[in-house]
Amino acid sequence: MNINLTLFGQMLTLAFFVWFCMKFVWPAITTAMEERQQKISDGLDAADRAMRDLELAQDKATDQLKDAKQQSAAIVEQANKRAAQIVEEAKQSAIAESERIKAAAHAEIEQELARAKEELRSQVSRLALLGAEKVLGASIDEAANRDLVDNLAAQL
Amino acid sequence: MAGSNPATTTEYISHHLTNLVYGKLPAGYERSYNGNIELIEQPTWTLAQSADEVMAMGFWAVHVDSMLWSIGLGAIFAFLFFRAARKASTAVPSGWLNFAEMVVDFVDGTVKDTFHGRNKLIPPLALTIFVWIFLMNLMKLIPVDLVPTLLMYAGVNYQKIVPSTDPNVTLGLALGVFVLVLYYSIKIKGFGFARELAFTPFNHWAFIPLNLFMEVIGLLAKPFSLGLRLFGNMYAGEIIFILIAVMFGAMGAAGVFGGGLQVVLSGDVSQTALPMQSIALWAVGFVVVCTLCWLNLKGKLATKRMVWLVALTMLIIGGVFNLAGGIMQWGWAVFHILVITLQAFIFMVLSIVYLSLAHEDH
Repeated sequence: MNINLTLFGQMLTLAFFVWFCMKFVWPAITTAMEERQQKISDGLDAADRAMRDLELAQDKATDQLKDAKQQSAAIVEQANKRAAQIVEEAKQSAIAESERIKAAAHAEIEQELARAKEELRSQVSRLALLGAEKVLGASIDEAANRDLVDNLAAQL
Repeated sequence: MAGSNPATTTEYISHHLTNLVYGKLPAGYERSYNGNIELIEQPTWTLAQSADEVMAMGFWAVHVDSMLWSIGLGAIFAFLFFRAARKASTAVPSGWLNFAEMVVDFVDGTVKDTFHGRNKLIPPLALTIFVWIFLMNLMKLIPVDLVPTLLMYAGVNYQKIVPSTDPNVTLGLALGVFVLVLYYSIKIKGFGFARELAFTPFNHWAFIPLNLFMEVIGLLAKPFSLGLRLFGNMYAGEIIFILIAVMFGAMGAAGVFGGGLQVVLSGDVSQTALPMQSIALWAVGFVVVCTLCWLNLKGKLATKRMVWLVALTMLIIGGVFNLAGGIMQWGWAVFHILVITLQAFIFMVLSIVYLSLAHEDH
């Protein structure tokens, strides 16, 4: 248990290792640790922000989906209405067409009828003359009785 | 084993407490070894061969073992933490770096709890002191006989492998801290430091001599208490290890093996407290070894296997022989894991406290 030069040797050794630690060990490790802490807290902040962004985006997406649904419903409704309208219009035009065709047919029929009547009338007048000739046995002066027969025929 | 070189217990203990000393023998010293007496004519630097020579060397001597072990352990500290510092980055830390960062964080927290200023020196100083002293104390957990005995075979007579059981080492550390305390006291307080010494605790000019006397003693007590506390704890613990070794032996597995060899081959049971059991142990060992040899001669046991079995028997017999000592060494070592860590921590905390007091200006 002698106090000797070892004392100073130990002091110098301590000074050297403390210098070494101060120069090469401590700053490197603590700087790295601080930077990593900063990085981690930044990362956590970023994660929080991302979570909030995600929530907002989800809300927005839900809203947009709702809008889209409403719009599509409106469009479908409109389309249905339009379809009904078109059908209605087609019906109307078909009815009108059919009416027109019917009217034309009627008119034609009327015409035909009138013509047939006319023809019949003319034939009736001729038949009447023929009949009268047969009955009278002589020829009738066609020209003389013509008016009479025509009158008759016109009354038919 | 207590070993056969130091013949008596007293010699064994004092041998274990003697450093390997390189120092200057003064002129006129009569050096005696192997019965011859040699007169030293010139002051000579040499390795001390005995405690008397160490005494004669006085102050001009260096404890070679303490210096080498402490520098070596300091180098291990520097290397390990330098490696961690090289690897340190903002990436995910792993392995050793994790541990180093844990230690750094712990030391940093302790410093910040006590010292509130900004100082580039104190945290690395605290880290160095804590880890270095811990490593020096850790050397105690190496079985006390192992290194000195092995080195004795290599021709080195004395070896104390725990630097912190050397008061030069602990006081050297404490004085290193003390120099810093003085430096910061003067740097921060300037003339206020002298005023503090002269005018506390009695703030009157008539009390200046008394104040100075008390304050200077108080100031000097700091490094001495710091160094002697560590030294005392480590030295006392080391003595307990040595005393257990005196009674039971402590060389780890090699000692256990040697013990078995000793018991079986020579029947040397003189060092045990329970001779009857030892004789029984010797008998059992002897019978087992004879049986193994006989089986080998009969060709029923391969020679290689026989050698292994004999060695195993030695270990078991030696283990039983050394059981009590082994258990006590082990128990004391487990207790000391706590002590060595605590003492390193206390040294670090007190260093920080003294340095932070040096920074406080009243």
